[in-house]
Amino acid sequence: MDANMKETLLKPIFKGNPITVLVLGICSSLAVTVQLQGALVMALSVIIVTGLSSFVVSLLRNTIPNRIRIIVQLVVVAMMVILVDQVLKAFAYSVSKTLSVYIGLIITNCIVMGRIEAFALGNKPIPSLLDGLANGAGYGLILVVVAFVRELLGSGTIFGLQVIPQFIYDAGYVNNGLMILPPMALILLGCVIWIQRSIQKDLQEK
Amino acid sequence: MEYLSLFVKSIFVDNMIFAYFLGMCSYLAVSKNVKTANGLGVAVIFVLLVTLPINYLLNKYLLQPGALAWLGDKYASLDLSFLSYIVFIAVIAAIVQVVEMVVEKFAPALYSSLGIFLPLIAVNCAILGGSLFMQERAFANVGESAVYALGSGIGWYLAIVALAAIREKTAYSNVPAPLKGLGITFITVGLMGIAFMTFMGIKL
Repeated sequence: MDANMKETLLKPIFKGNPITVLVLGICSSLAVTVQLQGALVMALSVIIVTGLSSFVVSLLRNTIPNRIRIIVQLVVVAMMVILVDQVLKAFAYSVSKTLSVYIGLIITNCIVMGRIEAFALGNKPIPSLLDGLANGAGYGLILVVVAFVRELLGSGTIFGLQVIPQFIYDAGYVNNGLMILPPMALILLGCVIWIQRSIQKDLQEK
Repeated sequence: MEYLSLFVKSIFVDNMIFAYFLGMCSYLAVSKNVKTANGLGVAVIFVLLVTLPINYLLNKYLLQPGALAWLGDKYASLDLSFLSYIVFIAVIAAIVQVVEMVVEKFAPALYSSLGIFLPLIAVNCAILGGSLFMQERAFANVGESAVYALGSGIGWYLAIVALAAIREKTAYSNVPAPLKGLGITFITVGLMGIAFMTFMGIKL
């Protein structure tokens, strides 16, 4: 693996994270972060969809007419999402029920389209596949971090298992109900960005 | 009366942005000033209002289990609902393209103000989300789906114009450097979401 490929793989995880730096794909990400399990399944689905659709579009890149490329890309992405959705419905029905429409919304997740437009249309299939996978992973990382905090503070559980021991509740501790409500996802994401930009000063906006 | 309650509910209680986070990408990217936010908001209302009834009819007569019964008994047992994503997104992308051409031909003034936003809208989650929610909630007729489209479009419009107005003001305030720009915007949207939650108790 040469340095270039390593850069493709590692950059989207932290330095060029699709959510906190490029501001792509926030749409469907926040509603699924109440529970870690849902967030993890969503993250895996997005990794698969971004990787495979970047790969396929990159294979087709020399034959797609420029005028109608958006529709072609959407059809490719929609096909991948249908595959993921059908697999989830078959093997993890309860998770697929809790994620409801958000699996379908991966189609319009800006990360997928963004990476296709910015990378896959101008690069060979294998680097495009890696770029898609890495961006999906960067997205998944943020999702899992936010879901971890929300589930821990909101319900006192991790993956549905009780981690805050009973004696703390007996001493008067109460779960923070605010964490389960949708707006807290946004505020937490704001805090994640705050932390990241305090570490990486070059990302700060003027 | 049912229409009115659905309308109010889809604007305030089930607000696309604050309750479901739909259309966040363009919401954050295009809310730097009120004028462009206004343009995008109007375009979203318009596209939602056109695509949702069409998708409703497609869902009713093509996609949902047993929908093909009008073709004859042989087709009554077919279930094409797994195709719905691809059909909905194709309809949306096609309609956006058609709307763009029509607006360009017949209303050049509107086109020059909306022009850049129209192609963006094809990948706005609020549009596809509207169609998917419409499918999930099984509305009774086309009228209801149109009212739902109008309501959620207006809700989205209100949210983006409000955020743009706030961001125009916060541009002058003294925000900690790492929070500037994106960070403070997220927190603002979160606080607006908490404010919108006060509508949750409304029963109509």
